[in-house]
Amino acid sequence: MTTGKQLIKGNTAIVEAALDAGCRFYAGYPITPQNEIPETMSWRMPEEGGTFIQAESELISINMVFGASAAGARAMTTSSSPGISLMQEGISYMAGCELPAVLVNVMRGGPGLGNIAPSQSDYFQAVKPGHGDFHIITLAPHNISEMYDYTFDAFDLADKYRIPVMILADGLLGQLMENVELDRSRKPALLNAPKPWALTGASGRKGQRIVSLLMQPGALEKHNMDLNEKYNLIKKNETRHELAGMEKNPEYLIAAFGTCARISKGTMNIAADAGIKTGLFRPITLWPFPYEALKEAAKKVKKVFVFEMNLGQMVEDVRLAVGDDSKIEFYGRPGGGVPTAEELFEFIRGKVK
Amino acid sequence: MAEKIVYKKPDSLTDKIFSYCWGCGHSTVHKIIAELIDELGMREKTIAVAPVGCAVFAYDFWNFDTTEAAHGRAPVVATAIKRVHPGHLVFSYQGDGDLASIGMAEIIHTANRGENLTIIFINNTNYGMTGGQMAPTTLIGQKTTTSPAGRNIKQNGYPIKMSEMLAQFESVKYVERVKVTNAASVIKAKKAIKKGFLNQLNGTGFSFIEVLSACPANWRMEPLAAKAHIDGVISKYYPVGLIKDIK
Repeated sequence: MTTGKQLIKGNTAIVEAALDAGCRFYAGYPITPQNEIPETMSWRMPEEGGTFIQAESELISINMVFGASAAGARAMTTSSSPGISLMQEGISYMAGCELPAVLVNVMRGGPGLGNIAPSQSDYFQAVKPGHGDFHIITLAPHNISEMYDYTFDAFDLADKYRIPVMILADGLLGQLMENVELDRSRKPALLNAPKPWALTGASGRKGQRIVSLLMQPGALEKHNMDLNEKYNLIKKNETRHELAGMEKNPEYLIAAFGTCARISKGTMNIAADAGIKTGLFRPITLWPFPYEALKEAAKKVKKVFVFEMNLGQMVEDVRLAVGDDSKIEFYGRPGGGVPTAEELFEFIRGKVK
Repeated sequence: MAEKIVYKKPDSLTDKIFSYCWGCGHSTVHKIIAELIDELGMREKTIAVAPVGCAVFAYDFWNFDTTEAAHGRAPVVATAIKRVHPGHLVFSYQGDGDLASIGMAEIIHTANRGENLTIIFINNTNYGMTGGQMAPTTLIGQKTTTSPAGRNIKQNGYPIKMSEMLAQFESVKYVERVKVTNAASVIKAKKAIKKGFLNQLNGTGFSFIEVLSACPANWRMEPLAAKAHIDGVISKYYPVGLIKDIK
């Protein structure tokens, strides 16, 4: 893969972005619809001089990533919904130990084994990802360029804040091929930044440790407060969203992320042709959620339409941001259902008559 | 007359006093490991993985780099560390609840992949840290807090012999079971762990050392009685000695 315009699959874009960002350790376990990632990693990672391991479960994947990250490497694992459930233990430990890593969830339908169709059923899990009082950064791409860009950015974000960063994609974004212009000239800003906390052998110093177990009275409470300070800094510095169509003073706002946001852009065109002006609010970081920006945008419209490929998960954050439930209209398709732009437009039309 | 140092606390131990119970094997094995790492000149190139269990605090006592791992996951955490730092000495130190129960998949696949690691397996036939519950290694008839009438074959199956099981894998190069009940057995245990470390340093591959270790508090025994219990009872089911050694 080279710089410039090319036809590339979402899952492949993630592999190339990780390698360009200096990821040199990958562990993964087969699960549809993300199999192209471990498959491609199995030969691309050795080409770049890194380690690829086909783990024997997602539990093993995430704990290998824990080890690689503790040892100072840029590390990644990927999976799909049921596999992410198994990784929640490791995600919590990494959050507690403040270990950077990049995780990708190419979501499928659930609960349980569900199906292998695109879904946004794991929004809750992505923004509330495990036991204990912690957060991870979650980025939601909505096209193949962003699968590359956000994955690339995720490694610097992870190192900057010593935090796991999740790319929340779905089966559609993983499998879709798009003709995209990739900027591969970027260099990861923090790739060579020192990691004094990493375990590299106690050369010229005392032994150091990576732990989340803090048994002394008050120690864990202090750790939680320190983490919270970091989370507040992330909220301040890294909250991202896209706001489109506001220059036309729309009466209505659509709030959607990922694939649903992409479909909603088609809906906006159909609505415009029908004389209904809409704007789009697309959270890019799902945690931290762009509450303030959405609150401001919502003030300018009569209604906020929330579209998701689930039965209402992000809508809870939208409600918190908007602060006026009477303004909110939700439409969702669960279980691998992917709405069409027309379908979403019909929902809007039905509500604005 | 010049002084000659014949014995001192290893540099690989911190000044923290061991907090393990009287008669517990952990402090002995921690110290053996620290002595060996000093002797091998590896203090600055060692990364250890501590378990969940009583030895979760190993990093308080070892003066080299150590990470925690989630319960049972130590071998795969160690795998990744070793792959990132192939020239370092990397080992996991795990109890029987950690390694033989919740971490069974991790240890089997790490062994089968033939990772160039050393695994030190402390078998005290129960979950020590949580108060003495039944482990997969608990002996038949042994009373624990979750087998108050004694381990029952019909309900719980037989105690797992991890060393004998792992020795079956082609990729496993060295397996030995030792105990730490008296000076002679401690010297043998140290020799075995040294061999496990050397195997890693010279690239021989996966080594597994099982240490039969006393848990007087949970066995409801005095320290000396607990050690005698290993010599007289436990090592009958889990015989000490070399199980596999492939050059």
